[in-house]
Amino acid sequence: MRSALVWFGCLALGLSAVAAESTVELEPMTPNLEDKPSLQRGMALFMNYCIGCHSLKFQRYERTADDLAIPHKVALENLVFTDQQIGGLMETAMSPETAKNWFGAAPPDLTMVDRVRGTAWVYNMLKTFYVDEARPFGVNNRVYPNIGMPHVLMDLQGTPIEECRGYTPIDILDGEETVVALREGTVDREQNCNFIEVEPGTGSMSEEEYDQAAYDIANFLHYVGDPGRAERHRLGYWVLGFLALLFVFATMLNREYWKDVH
Amino acid sequence: MAESPPVRALPRLLIWLNARLPLTETAEYHATKYYAPKNFNFWYYFGILATVVLGIQLLTGIWLTMSYVPSGEGAFASVEYIMRDVEYGDIIRYLHSTGASAFFVVVYLHMFRGLAYGSYRAPRELLWLIGMAIYLVLMAEGFFGYLLPWGNMSFWGAQVIVSLVGAIPFVGPDLMEWVRGDYLMSEITLNRFFALHVVALPLALVGLVFLHIVALHHVGSNNPDGIEIKTNKDDSGIPKDGIPFHPYYTVHDFQATVAFLFVFCAVVFFAPEMFGYFLEKPNFERADPLKTPELIAPVWYFTPFYSMLRASTFPLFGLTAKFWGLVVMGAAILIPMMLPWLDRSPVKSMRYKGWISKVMLALFVVSFFVLGYLGTIHATPLTTAIAQVGTIIYFAYFLLMPWYTRVEKTKPPPERVT
Repeated sequence: MRSALVWFGCLALGLSAVAAESTVELEPMTPNLEDKPSLQRGMALFMNYCIGCHSLKFQRYERTADDLAIPHKVALENLVFTDQQIGGLMETAMSPETAKNWFGAAPPDLTMVDRVRGTAWVYNMLKTFYVDEARPFGVNNRVYPNIGMPHVLMDLQGTPIEECRGYTPIDILDGEETVVALREGTVDREQNCNFIEVEPGTGSMSEEEYDQAAYDIANFLHYVGDPGRAERHRLGYWVLGFLALLFVFATMLNREYWKDVH
Repeated sequence: MAESPPVRALPRLLIWLNARLPLTETAEYHATKYYAPKNFNFWYYFGILATVVLGIQLLTGIWLTMSYVPSGEGAFASVEYIMRDVEYGDIIRYLHSTGASAFFVVVYLHMFRGLAYGSYRAPRELLWLIGMAIYLVLMAEGFFGYLLPWGNMSFWGAQVIVSLVGAIPFVGPDLMEWVRGDYLMSEITLNRFFALHVVALPLALVGLVFLHIVALHHVGSNNPDGIEIKTNKDDSGIPKDGIPFHPYYTVHDFQATVAFLFVFCAVVFFAPEMFGYFLEKPNFERADPLKTPELIAPVWYFTPFYSMLRASTFPLFGLTAKFWGLVVMGAAILIPMMLPWLDRSPVKSMRYKGWISKVMLALFVVSFFVLGYLGTIHATPLTTAIAQVGTIIYFAYFLLMPWYTRVEKTKPPPERVT
């Protein structure tokens, strides 16, 4: 009887966890392509922490450096860690075979991740890792459940622990109380354990600094998803301005001709 | 000997040319002495706008083809190459992708104008049929072109539509293989779609548009009153309610074209994805035969028909529901061709038709929008039921037309245009 309850409890926990993760609400994030320092920091973080596994293989170093106002020499010395030229595509040094051995699947290219999943998703994903010993890399993720990668930014963020507020989870194998509570449906894990707390003193960044770092990376990936965006916006105003002016003259021309039609 | 006055170069060249090519004659026939009704309204802009979009598509298409690589390995990467490494490549690509949607926007509005003012009625039946042929070629062009970026929605969208062929009894599976040229969607399919998209169908499209305009200028334009201006001519044989297409409608259309380009460029430069309606999110991922997108939906301009396809949920006469869906979808696309013979009203324009015609047209438009929306979301029992009602309304508009256009009370149209 008791084991059946435990099973039911596990099942309920599992189901509610899945539901919680697939419908997790994303904290909004507004990218800013005019914020060059943010994009530069984002690129620096990506080159230091991400490109070891994740390529941006449709994008070139040169274009990125130019768009982000980074001199080629500085970029080559500080941001290109492979023996690539400035005109090269931003590939990862890791071979797909190695990747498959390590992770079971090759880490995806991230050139278009912003366009497929959205900027807010990237931002939230970077902020919602938490320690989960059941996972192969010791961490899980709130917006990307059962993520198959380590939390590479843990040195910066510190150790993020899943926090439950409003009730204290007791190991369900021992805690009669919790089993009862689960059965009666009073424990809403989805609502109560939706908090991630960083263990103080474990990371090199403060919470604000880490938020900014996550923002910068997401902002950078937003740029990489469609690098022509800022330039198109600048040009777009001129195009629309020209067309608006042309419309005035077209209207005057039309009126001039049509005044003799009755 | 008196010196002869200098002859201006242009007229002499024109005389030379006219002796060899009907240049002035053609210009007069199609523009300066082509008399169009003077009462064209807003709805009469969309023909010229469709021509403008055709021009945009042809030009940007040529430039895209210069850098596009039609292969399984190269297609997706070459689109990103165009987006990043080709000078103004992103603008050329967005002009083309926005142009595809804009084409259908203006063509649907152009067709609605035809429905509202009876532009398909005699003597314009053939003009209407040529127009419908253009619409069919355009749909094929859009469908084939959508596979070319080789994104995941390209792949699965084409997969779903091609698999419909497989629902045809007896020959289906073999036919499906023949269309794909392979046992599954592959590079072979991509290559033949590419050939059709950049050579065969554009040729057909330009040829049909030419015929459409020739037929139009032969019978003359209809107008919002649905009366023939040619029945009222002055002593020199010019329709009293007609004005020369050039300059009056050229300056008119120029103004409309600039206004259209303003909206068009606003989308191209500021919202080319149009919130996922013009460019769908899963299409920014490379085609993956092992990873089905969460929701396979065609681009918005096909969704009304896709809804009707999905609305067919039960087998009939020993044939599968899928096959009947194909039949319903095909019939929905083709049935407007019957309009010239379905409409029995004594008047052409909606202005003078009775209230049943007006209600039916309104219901038809509403059902088209509702079906279009339902085609973009997951089907549930409720949405399927709504889609079934929408499908019935869609067909009722056409199939009941011989009845309701005859029994309703119409108003007498005026002698001259208003």
